[in-house]
Amino acid sequence: MVNPGLNVGLLPWLTLFSPLAAAAAILVFGIHHRRLSSSLAVGGLALSFVSAACLLLHVLQHRLILPIETAVTWISLPDLTVSFGVLLDPLSLLMTLVVTGVGSGIFLYSTSYMSDDPGYSRYFGVLSLFAFSMLTIVLATNWLQLFLGWELVGFSSYALIGHWYAKPAAADAGKKAFMVNRVADFGFMLGIIALWAWSSPLASERTFSFQVLQARLPHLLEMGWLTPHVLIGIGLLIFCGALGKSAQMPLHVWLPDAMEGPTPVSALIHAATMVAAGVYMLCRAFWLFEHIPMALQVIAWVGGITACAAAMLALIENDLKRILAYSTLSQLGYMVMAVGLGGEAAAMYHLTTHAFFKALLFLAAGSVIHATHRQNIWELGGLHKAMPITSWSFLIGGLALAGFPGLSGFFSKEAILSLAYERNGVLYLLGAMTAALTAFYIARAWLVAFFRPAHDSHAHAHESPSVMTGPLIVLAGLSIVAGYLGLPTFLGEHEAHHGSPVVVAVSLLAVGGGFGLAWLIYVQRAISSALFLERFRGWVWVLERKYGFDQLYNWYVDVVQQRVIAQACQLVERHLIIGFAVNGTAWLTQAAGRVIRRCQTGVIQQYALVFVTGVVVLVYTAIRR
Amino acid sequence: MPPLSSSWILALVLLAPAAAALLLCVVPAAQAVWVRRIAVLATGASLAGALTIFFHYNRALAGYQYEMLVPWISSLGISFHLGVDGIGTTLVLLHALCAFCGVLISYAITDRVKEYYIFYLVLITGVFGVFTSLDVFFIYFFYEMAVIPMYPLIGIWGSDVKEHGMVRFSKEYAAMKLTIYLTAGAVLALVGLLWLYASSGLQTSDLVALEHHFSLTPLAPHLQRMIFPLLVIGFGVIAPMWPFHSWSPIGHAAAPSAVSMLHAGVLMKLGSYAILRLAVSLMPDGARLWLPWLAGLCVMNIIYGGLVAMAQKDLKLIIGYSSSSHMGYVLLGIAVLTPVGLNGAVLLMFAHGLMTALAFALVGHVYDQTHTRYLPELGGLAKSLPFIATCGVIAAMASSGLPGFANFVAELLVIVGAWDQYRLQAVLAVLGVVITSVYMLRLVRGTFFGQANESLPHARDATTPFARLPYLILTGALLAVGCWPKPLISLIDLSTRPIIARIARAQAAAPGVGSTWRESY
Repeated sequence: MVNPGLNVGLLPWLTLFSPLAAAAAILVFGIHHRRLSSSLAVGGLALSFVSAACLLLHVLQHRLILPIETAVTWISLPDLTVSFGVLLDPLSLLMTLVVTGVGSGIFLYSTSYMSDDPGYSRYFGVLSLFAFSMLTIVLATNWLQLFLGWELVGFSSYALIGHWYAKPAAADAGKKAFMVNRVADFGFMLGIIALWAWSSPLASERTFSFQVLQARLPHLLEMGWLTPHVLIGIGLLIFCGALGKSAQMPLHVWLPDAMEGPTPVSALIHAATMVAAGVYMLCRAFWLFEHIPMALQVIAWVGGITACAAAMLALIENDLKRILAYSTLSQLGYMVMAVGLGGEAAAMYHLTTHAFFKALLFLAAGSVIHATHRQNIWELGGLHKAMPITSWSFLIGGLALAGFPGLSGFFSKEAILSLAYERNGVLYLLGAMTAALTAFYIARAWLVAFFRPAHDSHAHAHESPSVMTGPLIVLAGLSIVAGYLGLPTFLGEHEAHHGSPVVVAVSLLAVGGGFGLAWLIYVQRAISSALFLERFRGWVWVLERKYGFDQLYNWYVDVVQQRVIAQACQLVERHLIIGFAVNGTAWLTQAAGRVIRRCQTGVIQQYALVFVTGVVVLVYTAIRR
Repeated sequence: MPPLSSSWILALVLLAPAAAALLLCVVPAAQAVWVRRIAVLATGASLAGALTIFFHYNRALAGYQYEMLVPWISSLGISFHLGVDGIGTTLVLLHALCAFCGVLISYAITDRVKEYYIFYLVLITGVFGVFTSLDVFFIYFFYEMAVIPMYPLIGIWGSDVKEHGMVRFSKEYAAMKLTIYLTAGAVLALVGLLWLYASSGLQTSDLVALEHHFSLTPLAPHLQRMIFPLLVIGFGVIAPMWPFHSWSPIGHAAAPSAVSMLHAGVLMKLGSYAILRLAVSLMPDGARLWLPWLAGLCVMNIIYGGLVAMAQKDLKLIIGYSSSSHMGYVLLGIAVLTPVGLNGAVLLMFAHGLMTALAFALVGHVYDQTHTRYLPELGGLAKSLPFIATCGVIAAMASSGLPGFANFVAELLVIVGAWDQYRLQAVLAVLGVVITSVYMLRLVRGTFFGQANESLPHARDATTPFARLPYLILTGALLAVGCWPKPLISLIDLSTRPIIARIARAQAAAPGVGSTWRESY
């Protein structure tokens, strides 16, 4: 599939491998040199960003026909070939720029945020490994390479959530994230293998390659090799992967807990990039899903429900980072819903703008945490004056998130909502309601944590150093302008969605309503929040328990899995196999020995008697014959 | 074939540890330093030889190479015949790596050093012998040679398995059980081997001659049907095949860590190797008839072994049951009889051997430092043991099949290879990966993370380059093969393909047998 005559040289490989080289160098040289390791990490990712940008320029300048694929063979057997390489198309180029661009800013921010941490070098090593893994997903040419990166980001996420390993909550959260993703990847792996197995009737022509599969799929369906039932199964299994990585319900439980990790990690991995990998994968494989209407239906509903349900959880959350985490869940729900409704360009559009404004929000939150060492919004306050850059950044990010007109989030959310308006009325209502809830919870967070005067004065809270505010300013700029960069056109969306007036009007109403209500409750105090809490008592009870997913899963893991299933096997092992079968055999052998030992009396007369009896019997039988 | 003169390399690999064991008999016991140095040099020489063979194996010619043939008892057709093919090369390299690292880890042994190393080197020689011999008699001889030293090694230098501070399994029990179990299995296999020897009518125990003979004139199907299970169950005991596995986790747990490394790392592979080399390769009809049953049993290994591992609280028992679970994948790869699956099985023998050796070395270090390996008593060791904890996370990840480690590639090959004919088993094998991460993450979380247990003695990390060397070798090899598996897989493929071809020929010759079991299955 390599397009001959196109010379992009080593740039794709440089983009992919420079973070890995940085990670390896940190492991070998930098583990005891703090400055060196952070420089290597930032330098590696910046190099990756620059080469990706050069690639884009090169492609635009020479009007190269995308996609371009360059790969090496990783496993080569007669019945199984797996390659590892770089696939360049608008989708992967955009995502690469987002990952490396936002990533570079966050890496830089981390050099200051983590400056007092004893695990500084380890942090940057794993962060670089994460960047490489993420790029492996983004640039993958085939399913297996994507899965490779998929698992490696899972590992990086595990290691970074558990960065402060001595803290039990952090160690548990890392484990939980890894396990939930593993469960999801059980389905994903099966889906990938099944797709491979059905990719050709000939064993030797089976493939994992995206491009080959994409070209072959209509033909496979036509000739009846791939039946619709099988295809639905494959589609849903592959979607399982996205369910875990993009934290969609019911596998969303790991993401709020993942906030135990350092805040820059939450910004990069658990908001901007890794959790978006699920959405990216769905877009990457849209050629597959567009043939499976039934799977698209499931995807759209899962996305819509997650968007709304997670936004509700954010309403009553008091931890600044967890509010943002629920918000991430909710926005990912939007993206997944968009894919399900057939709008993969809209999904990628929202993914991109979300990467900017959510990274911004998290970094601003990190700046607050760095300055005050507090995360509960009610313990904060009055920061608007103490930390103006941070506060304005948070506000811009919040407005973009809420879909304030003119900011990037407005355009991308509009693209999704108008799609929903056209295709599925119920999902549109869910989406519009989510928009109102979003505006409310983010306004609440900003008003309470920044705008309202503090209970106790944060005299010591002061603005973060410029290495932290710099990325904030850049991301704030991007959150404002990303709507005007022509991203949907770049992604190949030709018919621009001019949102219907109804959709725009409803959205404006939702944003205005959300902000207004928050203002009335938390600033004017014209309405008491207790009133709402009382009025919706039952629903609040449900929300406080987060719909009971954690309880259910904990019950399953601790009671069903550990105490019932594992203990039952342990009992079988200890008592049936070891106790009865093995030791029983040993006992039987010994018992037989004890019985037979009775013959060994040592009395010579008895032996003689037995001997003579034997001889007599033998002689007698000989004579009888 | 490489020039004849180079065949001494393989002999060196095999005989260096044997010579060292003999030499140690005359070294005074007080000279512990020299005892250790000799052991390191001997296994180092074996490792160098194994690497040379690995890199210089002639892939264009394939087949058995580095052959050496010394007639021994000509009236019975027994000769000392050495040689390796792609499978042998891979396993010799695995064993050389594990043995070298094991000798280094054995520095923790301070009691009766001389005797320990003599037994240890005999064990090493035995395993090398099985992997390099091309004579059925000598394969059996070396197999026994590897099993017997386990008895004193566990009985004298081992430790009891404790629960809540009480002895649950004593080391004497473990040693006794292991030896009796493995010997009983060996005797069963011996019956099969003698039967095979007698019914070939060749008057030779030379494996190459037998392979050639049986590929031209296969053994009568009814004989294959009876001999095959004898070999599979006999060698399956050491593999360890469910339900004959229970000697193994307890044996692992009671053995000193360097012995567990070899025990789980390579000794268990003797079983799967012998099944592949002697049973499957020589009796294709028997294989087609019986392997579906084996494929069923492997799932018990994988799932049941994993679930029992989840219930364990002793670190070594966790890894012990995990080994028996992962060996299920190896057996599954053999049972599915596809080239991909078989390659996966051999690669997994390599990958799992390194991974589990690493895991036991780490647990050994933790145990030496804290004097406990009972999970509820441990915690927070990452602070005092950063290097060991890092390796621990690496071992856990390799075990759970994280890409980048050889285990991922191997398990992938097994699952993909099993997909067409044994789909249920393949799906359950993927489930096994999830189960593995449950207990491995629990182990890492409970041992290294969280708050440190203040009552534990202060633990010292492996800080010197020498102390870190074994861990670095094992992780390095796992990563190297995991990141760039192509050379090793194509080497293995050279030797698995002829086996599959022979079975396919047998199937073509007698389609009736094949369809019968398929319908009845």
